[in-house]
Amino acid sequence: MTINTLAKGGLQPEQMSCFRKMEKVLVAMQDPDMGMKMRNQRLLITVIPHAMTGHDIITWLIQKYHICEEEALHLGEMLVKYGYIYPLKEPRCLVLRPDESPYRFQTPYFWTSTRWPASELDYAIYLAKKNIRKQGELVEYEKERYSLLHKRINHTWDFVVMQAREQLRASKQRRKADRIVLECQEQAYWLINRPPPGVQNMLDWGLERPNNFSTRVPLIETSRRALGRNRVKSSICLEGFVKYSEQYQNHDPIMQGCLPSNPWISDDIAYWTMNSEIVPVPTRLRVERWSFSFMELLSDAMGRREFMTYLEKEFSAENLHFWQECEEIRHGESSKIIEKVEDVYKNFLAPGAARWVNIDSKTMDKTLEGIKRPHRFVMDDAQMHIYFLMKKDSYPRYLKSDLYKNMLAKAVVPQETKKSVFPFMRRQRHSSPSPAQAGAPAAEEDGRAGTNSAAGSHF
Amino acid sequence: QLRRCKPLHWPSLPAQRKYMRSPLIPEMATQEVQLNETLAHLKTESETLKTKLEEERAKLHDVELHQVAEKVEALGQFVMKTRRTLKGHGNKVLCMDWCKDKRRIVSSSQDGKVIVWDAFTTNKEHAVTMPCTWVMACAYAPSGCAVACGGLDNKCSVYPLSLDKNENLAAKKKSVAMHTNYLSACSFTNSDMQILTSSGDGTCALWDVESGQLLQSFHGHAADVLCLDLAPSETGNTFVSGGCDKKANVWDMRSGQCIQSFETHESDINSVRYYPSGDAFASGSDDATCRLYDLRADREVAIYSKESIIFGVSSVDFSLSGRLLFGGYNDYTINVWDVLKGTRVSILFGHENRVSTLRVSPDGTAFCTGSWDHTLRIWA
Repeated sequence: MTINTLAKGGLQPEQMSCFRKMEKVLVAMQDPDMGMKMRNQRLLITVIPHAMTGHDIITWLIQKYHICEEEALHLGEMLVKYGYIYPLKEPRCLVLRPDESPYRFQTPYFWTSTRWPASELDYAIYLAKKNIRKQGELVEYEKERYSLLHKRINHTWDFVVMQAREQLRASKQRRKADRIVLECQEQAYWLINRPPPGVQNMLDWGLERPNNFSTRVPLIETSRRALGRNRVKSSICLEGFVKYSEQYQNHDPIMQGCLPSNPWISDDIAYWTMNSEIVPVPTRLRVERWSFSFMELLSDAMGRREFMTYLEKEFSAENLHFWQECEEIRHGESSKIIEKVEDVYKNFLAPGAARWVNIDSKTMDKTLEGIKRPHRFVMDDAQMHIYFLMKKDSYPRYLKSDLYKNMLAKAVVPQETKKSVFPFMRRQRHSSPSPAQAGAPAAEEDGRAGTNSAAGSHF
Repeated sequence: QLRRCKPLHWPSLPAQRKYMRSPLIPEMATQEVQLNETLAHLKTESETLKTKLEEERAKLHDVELHQVAEKVEALGQFVMKTRRTLKGHGNKVLCMDWCKDKRRIVSSSQDGKVIVWDAFTTNKEHAVTMPCTWVMACAYAPSGCAVACGGLDNKCSVYPLSLDKNENLAAKKKSVAMHTNYLSACSFTNSDMQILTSSGDGTCALWDVESGQLLQSFHGHAADVLCLDLAPSETGNTFVSGGCDKKANVWDMRSGQCIQSFETHESDINSVRYYPSGDAFASGSDDATCRLYDLRADREVAIYSKESIIFGVSSVDFSLSGRLLFGGYNDYTINVWDVLKGTRVSILFGHENRVSTLRVSPDGTAFCTGSWDHTLRIWA
């Protein structure tokens, strides 16, 4: 409709690919065989061709993509919001109504992707046309923008007005139906590219990503190394996923629920209380988990404590102590490394040390050498050796021990808490002491939801 | 071409960042020709190696995941709802992280605010205003006593959480990481003492919190690094990162080397997350797909996509058992995938703008999403 001076630059790949995909949907919708059934739509006294109802759009989407109605409505709404489909009734409201409301496809000329970026000049001409066509047709925010534009591009204002008049003159020579369609199309375009205040800007893509691709050639060394690596057959690896998911299914609250209840659903924190770090009696599921892997046992404070007790009985507790100290070195402050390494050497590695750990001579030599210039990872080899020793030897025996079996036997299986008989009676949501005050006495129990909480949204 | 036309009335885009461009080195004519030839030669070698690598990977691929999963029972109807809505941010929520206590979270936003919530009661417990906008990264310390955050300031700072209401958290702030471009993600390692960061400058880095010292840097991405995740492995020495170069790289934290690399996505990788066993990781990308990569098989083993899903994935996370993969999308929805069968189990509506961040809680009882609609939601 006007002289286009658009640069394609500025549309990021992410945006382009989204537009392209939506355009594919559009094309499919307009397919002569599999596409949508169009009809004529009466608007007051004019008949607009090639229109479809909101209901039709949704039905077509459901059938084409095998999705439910809610999803089809959502997808269709995206197409409207991005300007690919526009409403004929209430054209200022870019919403998809799942009823007999009429819609039309936007002409590719007015696709945001075609005319990117929308130019100030074009917007000025559009507003000028509206202003000239009918007094008072400009809405408040449009008037503001119009006057701002007038100031900004004052030097081309004659051109703007001239173009506006020309376009208006040309459109008068069109049939009424075409004129209405063109106006709707253009309006829809500007509603998206210059949204009214308060309306979501669909073209807000957030931060640009510089995408500063370096000219460096992809590392050949990495590829060579990758070629040499050992790979495992897919059938073995993938079987692992099936087994893992099966093993953990009962422990997955989202999949299976949790007993006595999911705190987020019931507002009852019993589940968390029962599974606190240290409890008098752990839950059965928790103790079961210790048998899934050595890591599971060690990651649970109670599990580790139980394991330590077992090791003490076997006179090999120094292994776990050693492992824990090594963890401290690896994950602790840089400044404390030297001091900690010295302690570990004194307690665990030095000849005649109180809690001497049994490491093979090769690893021991390497470690002792490394200690001369201690760094964060100096204990890694020794730590791994002891870790695997415990894992292969002590851990399996622990699982067969009476200590573990008894723990499992007396572990509690919570009763399921039925949802309150009076569903409208909301449980009080108790607050908990913040971990940030570790060591301080527990905060006062706040029986009421805080003053700045949002209203309960789920009742 | 990096700039686009600024429309009227638009809030101005944040201050431009410094870009890393390779400087043009003036060369003698003959040297330049030689250089180009060497580069061309290297490029061909690199391409040949890549093809060989794909062939090697394919040799051991004897079955597809969904085939192996045929014997697994199908999942039933899925009902998850918003159980909490956290309102308080004044602009787009960009990132969130859970506290180990399973109920507290930290969230960060475009307007520079970082808020710590007790998501269970929906109370706000702490709030910090960063000196920059677009705080794209935030993380909760394992102890629960501090949070880390950063964004357009190119830094990662640690704020110890004080319960004294009168204390200004910003006063105790500690600057830990310094990059030459925006901070895209950060994560504490197994303790409060080390932080791993990723940045728009194309690198990841490991820092000592106490001293702010750089312990290790990781070079290998050819463009912005957008996300990272630490491996839950026994030896705990690796992490994965994803970037605008469409690559997901697995790194050795000790040596700084890239030990594995995957390049099958068609667009930026916005999110990476390890499968709970540590043997695989999932990724979410602007190409509207999520993918699963097996580390032992050294290949992509599943793609989670649907024709009706057009918009990019911003964030992914697994349920506790790894059976479900949750993806937050740029079309405001959350799609729930059956990891084994490859099918979409459910679609969740609720947010009124992009879902920008998604994390499952530490005990798997719920997941939290943050959105450009200024809110966070807890789903269970």
